[in-house]
Amino acid sequence: MKILVCISHVPDTTSKINFTEGDTKFDTAGVQFVINPNDEFGLTRAMWFKEKQGASVDVVNVGGPETEPTLRKALAIGADTAIRINTPALDGYQVAKEIAKVVQDEGYDLVIAGRESIDYNGGMVPGMLAGLIDANFVNTCISLDIDGTTVTATREIDGGKETVATSLPLVIGGQKGLVEESDLRIPNMRGIMMARKKPLNVVEATGATTETVSASFEKPAPKGAVKLVDSVDELIDLLHNEAKAI
Amino acid sequence: MSVLVYTESENGDFKKTAFEVASYAKGIADMMGTSVTAVAVNGGDASALGNYGVEKVLNIKNDSLTAFNAAAYAKSIAQAAKAEDAKVVVVSQSANAKYLAPLLSIELEAGYASNVVALPESVAPFKVKRTAFTNKAFNNTEITTAIKIVGLGKNAYGLKESTGAATTEEFNPEVGDLGVTVQSVDKATDKVSIADAEVVVSAGRGLKGPENWGMIEEMADILGAATACSKPVSDLGWRPHGEHVGQTGKPVAANLYIAIGISGAIQHLAGINASKIKVVINNDPEAPFFKAADYGMVGDAFEIVPQLNEKLKAFKAANN
Ligand SMILES: Cc1cc2nc3c(=O)[nH]c(=O)nc-3n(C[C@H](O)[C@H](O)[C@H](O)COP(=O)(O)OP(=O)(O)OC[C@H]3O[C@@H](n4cnc5c(N)ncnc54)[C@H](O)[C@@H]3O)c2cc1C
Repeated sequence: MKILVCISHVPDTTSKINFTEGDTKFDTAGVQFVINPNDEFGLTRAMWFKEKQGASVDVVNVGGPETEPTLRKALAIGADTAIRINTPALDGYQVAKEIAKVVQDEGYDLVIAGRESIDYNGGMVPGMLAGLIDANFVNTCISLDIDGTTVTATREIDGGKETVATSLPLVIGGQKGLVEESDLRIPNMRGIMMARKKPLNVVEATGATTETVSASFEKPAPKGAVKLVDSVDELIDLLHNEAKAI
Repeated sequence: MSVLVYTESENGDFKKTAFEVASYAKGIADMMGTSVTAVAVNGGDASALGNYGVEKVLNIKNDSLTAFNAAAYAKSIAQAAKAEDAKVVVVSQSANAKYLAPLLSIELEAGYASNVVALPESVAPFKVKRTAFTNKAFNNTEITTAIKIVGLGKNAYGLKESTGAATTEEFNPEVGDLGVTVQSVDKATDKVSIADAEVVVSAGRGLKGPENWGMIEEMADILGAATACSKPVSDLGWRPHGEHVGQTGKPVAANLYIAIGISGAIQHLAGINASKIKVVINNDPEAPFFKAADYGMVGDAFEIVPQLNEKLKAFKAANN
């Protein structure tokens, strides 16, 4: 089985969010970038398939040279090859279109992406990619088993979960649950040394167009200070009369 | 030309999100000088949608679509959009709508903006405001394609009643291969789900152990709320994983979020920023959650929560 894991290069959650150029660009100064948490679960599940069932695992990112340390980390975790599609990521559609080309050229059976990236939280790339390459698609996937081309997956739904049957080729939007957090792989020294020798292939983009344009950013209005209360009566009164929340 | 809205239902009853997306679609239709058509799959009595601005309902009656199927639903909505010459399609951000929207976007070659929180600033160019960076900022996005898909964040717009009546027509799209088939569904039917809840009562490690959740469930019962928890609580197995709120857990966009014995770490806040009113009960006055809260009580949860439950019960009895 040939597996491709989509890796989004995102600011660590604790990053300060600021903008530059008249609030049109995200300010990367001092920001630490990491593998998108949803993708980390997917990558670890892919490693499981590689070790237990025999599979090759490649990772892909659409982005400039600045994303290479994130791809190297994925290699250190155990991916065989990294692919960087050399163009800035502009919107979900453009990213999906660029990845679709790689999937079609290389013939992957399974593409694992995260249900969303924690930068724009778009939740677009996995579904759009599935639509573009005409593969089956399971979103918010929390468990995945594959036997030949037969797939059983569990997905989170509002208020519970459901188990579905499908087949390869398949794209999933994965999240925590694909593997337990305690099983997430952290690069060790040996992995880091080996990653240096593994291929990180830079491929030129097809020049896919976008469907949306990010015009500007805003920060939420500063929040007023918390109202501290001393009694539950006062709290209930405020929630009822002031906040109209009960 | 019209604005098309996908109205979700369960067992034939329209969900609250259906009325919310209908209200929002009516707002866009007014800006564009057109009307709202709803598409429903095995939907029931459509008259309720009329109260939220829908003029026509295309009802798809199809037994093979009883269980949700993202690909088939997306194909069906796309055909409805073409039949109605829809320029804008509005969906909610339920788990199912988030699943089908990107597929619909490919079917219609339509740009999609998710997590939208307000009516467009303008319809030509079509510019919407959406949350980004787990609610720490907003992004103003222009959709440049001929057809536009808007994913409206839960509780972002509210319900806006308007007078009118909706007519219903049957609609029979070609659904194609299902590709993915549902084998079993595991859903707690007697409990309010975190996604649907208006009120969420959440507790953290400050509760010391799973045996102390009785008072949390009692509060949820009184308020008709869903229960939730912080990550360590679910990691420790005190509560099910489905209740874990935050960056790696579920997002909550409730009207009221009550956090008890939760410190308010940034990864937790990432999941609740979209909630409207936040109440924090914590014995540590320095707990970071107080900075994000609207109302707070500094004190021991084991003293405050039982008192609060008693008073809330009395309040509910007097106000219902
Ligand atoms: C990559 C990453 C992702 C993460 N994702 C998430 C996530 O999605 N969701 C999440 O919740 N966390 C997440 N975390 C963990 C997060 O950083 C915090 O550790 C966690 O939210 C703390 O949970 P807590 O507040 O329940 O526990 P604690 O930090 O132990 O805090 C307990 C609080 O209870 C108060 N307390 C104690 N006793 C009482 C009492 N008797 N009465 C009242 N108050 C009392 C304390 O003062 C304290 O503020 C993540 C962390 C990382 C590194």
